[in-house]
Amino acid sequence: MHIMEGYLPPMHCIAWGAVSAPFVVQGAVRLRNVMREQPQARLTVAASGAFTFVLSALKMPSVTGSCSHPTGTGLGAVLFGPGVMAILGTIVLLFQALLLAHGGLTTLGANVFSMAIVGPWVSYVIWKIFRGMNWSPAFGVFLGAMLGDWATYITTSVQLALAYPDAASGYTGAFLKFAGVFAITQVPLAIAEGLLTVVVMNALVARTGMFEELGLGQRQLS
Amino acid sequence: MISRRTMWVLLLIVAALMVGPLVFVKGDFTGSDDQGSAAVAASRPGFKPWAHPVWTPPSPEIESLLFASQAAFGAGIIGYVIGRAHGRSKDTRSQEQRKS
Repeated sequence: MHIMEGYLPPMHCIAWGAVSAPFVVQGAVRLRNVMREQPQARLTVAASGAFTFVLSALKMPSVTGSCSHPTGTGLGAVLFGPGVMAILGTIVLLFQALLLAHGGLTTLGANVFSMAIVGPWVSYVIWKIFRGMNWSPAFGVFLGAMLGDWATYITTSVQLALAYPDAASGYTGAFLKFAGVFAITQVPLAIAEGLLTVVVMNALVARTGMFEELGLGQRQLS
Repeated sequence: MISRRTMWVLLLIVAALMVGPLVFVKGDFTGSDDQGSAAVAASRPGFKPWAHPVWTPPSPEIESLLFASQAAFGAGIIGYVIGRAHGRSKDTRSQEQRKS
């Protein structure tokens, strides 16, 4: 989902930056509030950020014969809301742009929008629906993380299609072409991310008393 | 949320999802991010990126070192947080036992 440095036209870079900035600022404020109001949650926040750090560093093979990486934003989005992941995801993307030549500063706004905003929001909304309907929390976490991962790569495909519409088939054709690169490769990775998020979430919250805060109750612990 | 057994099953499925493509799919396993860039370049003959990374790792070895450090750093934090919570819940449990 990383759009590489210099691969989006300047106007697109500015536009995506302008769209993403308020989310990141709101996320930074939200993160500060969480740290202040729930000091006991600090370590879990750190673990959520670390999860994104780990997963976005892992390039995994896929059924298309190419490699891609998960995003790891679903965990924090479910635990602390999508805002917190907007800022944590931005930090990860900045690190990769500066030290790994992966992604870029000009494309940071676009990459933040796909990985740190759309992905976490999709995870969060699916999780909320599952909670509202009182469906299985484990399955809610799985589906949220999986679809959040996938939505991130769909967003990247849309962003590239908007910047580079196909001469013959227009935006739709370009979207299908980029989705062919990103979306299909991502299917097994998104499933893996969903499963890993359930495992780590279970290890984190089952022992930190966050189940009550999430409204899950002791009953579902086992 | 899930039982210990379920956890191992889920981790096995993750491993299978990773190993499966390597065994059954023929491919060069290049990164989709780079393929996306290549698709952009292919659709616009003469395309040149208008900006370049501020710093590029000098070799694939250095790049993999940095990626591995990123993952190790993150995994270390997660392990610490889970371990700490685990230890604390054990402490609380043994204290409760002493009280009763």
